[in-house]
Amino acid sequence: MIRWDPRAGVYRIEMDEASRRNLRSLMEQFLAVLADPGSPVLHRLFPPAYSAPGDVALQDEYRRLMQEDLVERRRAECQAVMESAESSQLSEEQLLAWSRAINSIRLALGTYLDVSEDDPLRAPQNNEEWAYQWLSLLLEEAIEAMSRQT
Amino acid sequence: MNVLSAAAPAASTAPAEVELPETGERTDVDRPWKVIVWNDPVNLMSYVTFVFQKLFGFSKEKAHQLMLDVHLKGQAVVSHGPREKAELDVFRLHEHGLWATMEHDS
Repeated sequence: MIRWDPRAGVYRIEMDEASRRNLRSLMEQFLAVLADPGSPVLHRLFPPAYSAPGDVALQDEYRRLMQEDLVERRRAECQAVMESAESSQLSEEQLLAWSRAINSIRLALGTYLDVSEDDPLRAPQNNEEWAYQWLSLLLEEAIEAMSRQT
Repeated sequence: MNVLSAAAPAASTAPAEVELPETGERTDVDRPWKVIVWNDPVNLMSYVTFVFQKLFGFSKEKAHQLMLDVHLKGQAVVSHGPREKAELDVFRLHEHGLWATMEHDS
């Protein structure tokens, strides 16, 4: 449960120890995946900026200048989540980092699982599906808490 | 909608924008760009709406409408501008995991 505490000006994080362990573990696994930014499972994390056929040179330049930065920011966010995984309260900035990191992992898992909008809702069949659904719920909670606050 | 021009006083002394005749000499790079966000099956609707508000300062209503355009029509233009600005917008959208591209605004 994530909720905004207006008196303290922080987000309260009520999660059991097993959930916090899961979160840390998923971040750790994702950091290992990030070590190879060319991995097909990370395809959705680094989309091209320039899509027109005539802009190939511009796209090459964008990738050369920005990809490392995008990888580095994601790495830093994962580390920030691991460091704050035990916290009972988070600042807005920290919860934003949580949201981005959680979504990055969802993108990788969604690519791995080849999810589509037509997928029927069903109980998870394996660890990856379980993690995908759990992270989706966690992200919904974070967004709802932050949307209510503003 | 351009928020800045809407907020400008009516009796503004700023020169009106003049439509220049096509000389055929404008290079491609000078032409304005548009930033497009594409539909994808992973990003949550609530997250996309939230990111639009956060990055572009859109009202909740406008952000929600743009998210619906992405979801139902497959894409939505979220910003326009010179190349540097468009590229920064794309970068920030990529940072948040949204599928964004930019192309010339024709």
